[in-house]
Amino acid sequence: MTVAQVTPRSQRRARTMGIFFCLVSLSILLLFMPSTQPGQTTTFAFTERSSNALGIADMVFRTRVGLYLMALVAIFAGGWQLTKGFERVNVVLGLVVGAFVLAFLAWAARGQSMNMTGMIKSSLLRAIPITLAALSGVMCERCGVVNIGIEGMMLSGAFFAALFGSITDSAWLGLLAAMIGGGLMAALLAVLAIRYKVNQIIAGTAINILATGLTSYFSSRYLQKYAELNNPATFSPIPLPGLSKIPIVGPALFNHTLLVYLTLILVVVIQIMLYYTRWGLRTRAVGEHPRAADTLGVNVFLTRYVNVISGGLIAGLGGAYLVLSSVARFDELMTAGKGFIGLAAMIFGKWNPVGALGSSLIFGFADALQTKLAILAVPIPSQFLLMAPYLVTIVALAGVVGRSRTPAADGVPYEKS
Amino acid sequence: MPPVLELKGITKRFPGVLANDHIDLRLEEGHVLSLLGENGAGKSTLMNILYGLYSQDEGDIYIRGENVAINTPNDAIRQGIGMVHQHFMLVPVLTVTENVMLGMESMKRAGFLDRETSANRIREISDRYGLEVDPDAVVEDLPVGIQQRVEIIKLLYRNADILILDEPTAVLTPQEVEGLFDVIHTLVALGKSVIFISHKLKEVLEISDRIVVLRRGRVVGSTTPVESDERDLATMMVGRDVILSVAKMPREPEAVVLNVRSLFVRGDQAKMAVNGISFEVRGGEILGVAGVQGNGQTELVEALTGLRAVEGGRIMIAGEDTTHASPRTITEVGTAHIPEDRQRDGLVLDYPVEDNMILNTYYLPPQAKGMVMQEAVIAERAENLVAEYDVRTPSISTPTGNLSGGNQQKVIVARELSRPVRLLIASQPTRGLDVGSIEYIHSQLVRKRDEGVAVFVISAELDEVMSLSDRIMVMFEGKIMGTVSAVGATKEELGLLMAGVAPETATMTS
Repeated sequence: MTVAQVTPRSQRRARTMGIFFCLVSLSILLLFMPSTQPGQTTTFAFTERSSNALGIADMVFRTRVGLYLMALVAIFAGGWQLTKGFERVNVVLGLVVGAFVLAFLAWAARGQSMNMTGMIKSSLLRAIPITLAALSGVMCERCGVVNIGIEGMMLSGAFFAALFGSITDSAWLGLLAAMIGGGLMAALLAVLAIRYKVNQIIAGTAINILATGLTSYFSSRYLQKYAELNNPATFSPIPLPGLSKIPIVGPALFNHTLLVYLTLILVVVIQIMLYYTRWGLRTRAVGEHPRAADTLGVNVFLTRYVNVISGGLIAGLGGAYLVLSSVARFDELMTAGKGFIGLAAMIFGKWNPVGALGSSLIFGFADALQTKLAILAVPIPSQFLLMAPYLVTIVALAGVVGRSRTPAADGVPYEKS
Repeated sequence: MPPVLELKGITKRFPGVLANDHIDLRLEEGHVLSLLGENGAGKSTLMNILYGLYSQDEGDIYIRGENVAINTPNDAIRQGIGMVHQHFMLVPVLTVTENVMLGMESMKRAGFLDRETSANRIREISDRYGLEVDPDAVVEDLPVGIQQRVEIIKLLYRNADILILDEPTAVLTPQEVEGLFDVIHTLVALGKSVIFISHKLKEVLEISDRIVVLRRGRVVGSTTPVESDERDLATMMVGRDVILSVAKMPREPEAVVLNVRSLFVRGDQAKMAVNGISFEVRGGEILGVAGVQGNGQTELVEALTGLRAVEGGRIMIAGEDTTHASPRTITEVGTAHIPEDRQRDGLVLDYPVEDNMILNTYYLPPQAKGMVMQEAVIAERAENLVAEYDVRTPSISTPTGNLSGGNQQKVIVARELSRPVRLLIASQPTRGLDVGSIEYIHSQLVRKRDEGVAVFVISAELDEVMSLSDRIMVMFEGKIMGTVSAVGATKEELGLLMAGVAPETATMTS
């Protein structure tokens, strides 16, 4: 009796990984090398014009040497993986992808200069609204309410921020108004989803349509007409003493407006609260098995109301960021899908605040990169460059994440028996 | 001294149903009170009222002589009442400690959870009551028996002294039931009082101090294990005489229908769950499989029905090689399958009864003409089957998930047996069912055998295997320990085989 030999899943995955690393190496050589001249150099700059950080010399290297180096890293990783195997292959995967990205940057900036500090800074700034959207999603979905209306909540927040920031001429009051705007939309979602048990996807979509309609109407009717209503006070960057002077990362990470710092603090605070406080334990229990929580005297409805509305406040903050930290005006549909990318970041980050920040940074980087590449006049059509963040979203959701685990009661209305 | 708990005249009406009709109940301190009744007799409703999940329309609850109002689970917890629900109320992804402390968290300063203190209290409770469990384990990794311990710890953690156990043995293996009974004895010895809800007569007689029988929402009798026996209880519960043993006439087996040769099947953990077994089932006989759960029975059935890949060996059904055949082909050669988990594998719970009745024949005429379903034919067929198989349902368009377990099983039986079959594979056919339904399912299995069908029954209940089968095959660690004739087989002999001991005396047939 012969028993068929079956390769375990993990072994197959390990082999695929090794082959993938080799392919990365090959594609660096095939995609980038042919269009690179032997003598060309790439410059990576590490200073920012406006910053007062300690200077550091630009890095200038022969593009081909850089490409060979990165290809070497990838092929070495592939060879090692196929013969001996890495223990933490996901870390190596990150490294190899990083090598590919570096090779790509070196190629894109061949014969020119690329400002790395600027890239990091711009990635972070673009990641902030996505992170806030993702945090809003985490708050709602961890307690079992699917929030597809984040986009609408952000849009309302942005509108309120512009309007009240202009009327009161105070960025702080604009911020407050934005949170209230997002919170109101979330309260509507909460009542629909919790009290009336409306299908949550439909309720969220309704909120997006409602917010789009209302803000567009009032914006075209009033904000565009009376410029003084669409000229809010803004927050200015606050360089953190000492930290902002660190070379490279100082200007990139420690010279931002209050909202950026606030977002990063929120990520840490929610992460800790979710796992180490009573609120967090109850929230997770309600999102996984509401009836179990109910039998132990946890108020399922109250927990969900509190979380969904808090989620709305955070989404409003995301809207405020777009208005009060960057462009200082409201435009129709200015959120441009950030709420939805935030949802993807939440899933990619496995419903954890820190994970959500990490994946938001990846999306932010993709976004920053496409702008940069357009400036560098890379021979790729600009339409394709604009697709980059969304492509990364799709690839991330489909491929890298694999199966992440949704809270078990996510999207299921709770009914008392 | 007043009883620790007394219910007086509890009445609860649901639309169209009188679920509890003036129920009186007394629980003495340190006693085990059993509530016995068929599914739908009103046991769960009564206990949900006591636990504050429903509120009664009439009647009063007295705790140690004092009239109390219980409107929420919190009220019940405050009165020292705790309940282990039939479907566990545990959050699978949380740890034991987190599950136990939920809703009553110990806190450190600055609003942080104090897991250490809770874990230590859990360890204390474990030691005191013999409920061994690792506080840091994640609940979904634990076997069902241990999860039930966690549920009991949850109650003790809240200082409950009246413990309601709703059908606690329905999900347990015989060994785990023994363990649970030990725990109940310890609890009672340490002054707790227990309400034990069940429809299993043997268990009720074994564990109770007093037995109260409910039927159709009313108390129809109150007795003690000394004063009554299984027959009395069954009669009280069902309201008529019940045949507890299976009546069947001897019958000569016919040609081989199921022929399995050197079958290898892998389990979920990549290990071989079925390890090169060979057996055959003939027309007109019932071959029963005995064995402790998890010894390859589930994988064997899945392989036979085409739900799991076969690694090696051969399966022939009615002369056709079905080793690698699809479930549909296997169905079409004349195999009926009553699956182990009726809710997961047997039914689409959200579908109406009529649609569940045609899950295996929906594509065949007269149910379908080409790609168009024939609604009228399907409805008529369903009406006939509901009548013929005595399915108690408000209508054929009722979602099957709304029926009781027994009636759900009858829907499956009706679907599987209402067409010409050669082989009937029934896996745990009566698990979780009440006496009346068990009697009915057994009679159907025997009827098929008498019609010349080869019947293959797998059950965790040794009594069931012994009373149904013509031959008994014992499985242990994916192998056949022995096959004996049911006539003259003893529990001791089978028990040894089930434990993996192969005595010389076991008469090997087959």
